[in-house]
Amino acid sequence: MGKIEWAMWANEQALASGLILLTGGIVGVAGQFRGWQFAAYAVAAGVFVCLLEYPRSKRAKGTSVERTGQYCFTVCVKAFGPLTRNYYVRAFLHAAICVPGGFMLATVLGCVCLGIASLIYLAAAIRGEHWEPILPRKETRKPVAQSIKNPPQNPPPRPPPEMRRKQAGDLEKSAYDNPMSVTDDE
Amino acid sequence: MANCIVNYGFSAFILFVWMAINIFLFVYFYFFYDLGPQFFYTRHLLGSALPWARAPAAVLNFNCMLILLPVCRNLLSLLRGSFVRCSRTMRKQLDKNLTFHKLVAYMIALMTAVHTIAHLFNLERYNNSRQGLDDELSTALSDLADTENTTYLNPVRITNLDPQQIPTYFAFTTIAGLTGVVITLALILIITSSMEVIRRSYFEVFWYTHHLFIIFFAGLVFHGAGRIVRSQQRTNPPHNTTFCKDHPDDWGQIPECPIPQFAGGFPQTWMYVIGPMVIYLCERLVRFIRYMQRVQYKKIVMRPSKVLELQLIKNGFKMEVGQYVFVNCPAISQLEWHPFTMTSAPEEDFFSVHIRSAGDWTDKLIEIMKKVPEGAEGPKLGVDGPFGTASEDVFDYEVSMLIGAGIGVTPFASILKSIWYKFKDSDPKLRTRKIYFYWLCRETHAFEWFADLLQVLEKEMEERGMGDFLTYKLYLTGWDQSHATHVMVHFDKDTDVVTGLKQKTHYGRPIWDKEFEQVRKENPTSIVGTFLCGPEALGKVLEKKCAKYSDVDPRKTRFYFNKENF
Repeated sequence: MGKIEWAMWANEQALASGLILLTGGIVGVAGQFRGWQFAAYAVAAGVFVCLLEYPRSKRAKGTSVERTGQYCFTVCVKAFGPLTRNYYVRAFLHAAICVPGGFMLATVLGCVCLGIASLIYLAAAIRGEHWEPILPRKETRKPVAQSIKNPPQNPPPRPPPEMRRKQAGDLEKSAYDNPMSVTDDE
Repeated sequence: MANCIVNYGFSAFILFVWMAINIFLFVYFYFFYDLGPQFFYTRHLLGSALPWARAPAAVLNFNCMLILLPVCRNLLSLLRGSFVRCSRTMRKQLDKNLTFHKLVAYMIALMTAVHTIAHLFNLERYNNSRQGLDDELSTALSDLADTENTTYLNPVRITNLDPQQIPTYFAFTTIAGLTGVVITLALILIITSSMEVIRRSYFEVFWYTHHLFIIFFAGLVFHGAGRIVRSQQRTNPPHNTTFCKDHPDDWGQIPECPIPQFAGGFPQTWMYVIGPMVIYLCERLVRFIRYMQRVQYKKIVMRPSKVLELQLIKNGFKMEVGQYVFVNCPAISQLEWHPFTMTSAPEEDFFSVHIRSAGDWTDKLIEIMKKVPEGAEGPKLGVDGPFGTASEDVFDYEVSMLIGAGIGVTPFASILKSIWYKFKDSDPKLRTRKIYFYWLCRETHAFEWFADLLQVLEKEMEERGMGDFLTYKLYLTGWDQSHATHVMVHFDKDTDVVTGLKQKTHYGRPIWDKEFEQVRKENPTSIVGTFLCGPEALGKVLEKKCAKYSDVDPRKTRFYFNKENF
């Protein structure tokens, strides 16, 4: 499967896992299930994973499509530097986060899904991928040429007016062809 | 509003019927389990979580039955053929198959979520009852086990494990639990790999992961085999729940209250899905048979701008204009079939496809074809099809507007060639009196193979004095300063500098309002079919314009929008 950037799929999977973990956690806490403490952890972990995974990475090749309103998240995630840039760290982080979810049925699905996301991230890391923030492109204006700043003060030299006036006597010398048609009947 | 009805009426009706069936199933089964007397004791243990789990299950049965059908393209092609005598609107519905497939998939995902959450509550409550934490009746009910004269109600039988782990243990050791977890996982993987970003960029991941549906359906069929949703059975003498619920200690000892018996419901999912599964199996079988049929090469041509033209011959292959085929090349990948619109006309003795470099598979194909020496046969190919699309309808409309963006012009290449042949043979089947053709393209290179065709048509039409049959406008959307300068310098030439055609190239995007106005003005009483092969965004714009410029009055101009989709 040639040019695939595994991180893109890992990202979708991890975001979905975050949501599933969060939902399972909410169910566990709201229903006051046995082991609800694990569910409460799952709520926090789910929110954390969602926040981490929401900003999409910039693709190495091709156009990157942002998620709506991801700019603020991009800035936050970027602030952690190598911790969030490196996918090995993410893989191990997700693997670690998902473990407590396995202790209660409501969160087990989130745990397994996050585990799978972690494996895909590991594959991405092995292939050398890393997370790049998508930042708005700064408009680079063309550098203004120096000559524009010093307009000429004087008109260009012209021959004296007598010479510029058309010499009606000498038709050959004063006639010229217009490069473009100046009549409107063409 | 009236325009909406003209253009969207039938789709809205189908969606309404589908949604109505979903709602009916949900409500019916909710009350079946919420009010049915045979579930009295079950409800005592579970509360309303029982109907909340069973209602989405019914909706899931219905939708899992439907989901396979829109992707059986051979079946759809068959249906389209048999609808030839029916109205235009019926056949257009079959184009929206992928949209419907996705809609059903969303419903499945939503219902799975509700079903799973309800069952989480069910398991928790069953567990608590089994642990003896609820009232006396619950404990008595949960104690009933499968012996010679009792049957169980509470499927959670185990008590000697850490109570927090019992639900998880149950989920992984019962048929229902295990299949449930596995198929939900399969569903999640299918969904994440089907997201637009992944699908458009890495088709292989999407396609291979989607085959997890096999696991999904296998698990689904066995999901109910454990029969753990229990209802009360009739006993002799009958067990009167209203009286006996208050005397659980006396069960089996007084005549009014024999020990209540329970049994699980007969699994029904297989009845819903077996039909579509068989149909889909036939579909894949047909594709396999087609793959085995021999495809010969007539010509391989490398076009500029990384476009490959393949002219192929296959025994018994009959096509219509604008149809597409699926091509498979075992040398690149055994499992992948990719769709391409045919660019040849039915009147020719071969069929051709123009393939553009747009990903792994197409790149490899172009590489392989480049290395094939002149006149030799290329690698073995499998071809499945042809499959019908909206373009088949183009000759039924008196007036047609054809819009192709970039490589999306390919179905129209087929149509224009067919027109040329029909003209030469003076075919009376041609109902079309006028065609407006719009080609939008970013760069000039891609024009070349198509420009030749247009030049020939231009000449042909002038010779026969049919200059106004075909009006075409070419739009170069990727122009820059150098283009503009070039055009300015050569503005007074008779033919266009870019294409060599008499019709001048326009720059930038078309102003659709003007175009639609012009078409409406020139054809005040006709039905105009609008056909697009191009990006979604353009499709939305055109759909709106069609709705805007259509008149509800059937005697005036009406625009029908048809979109090609892959």
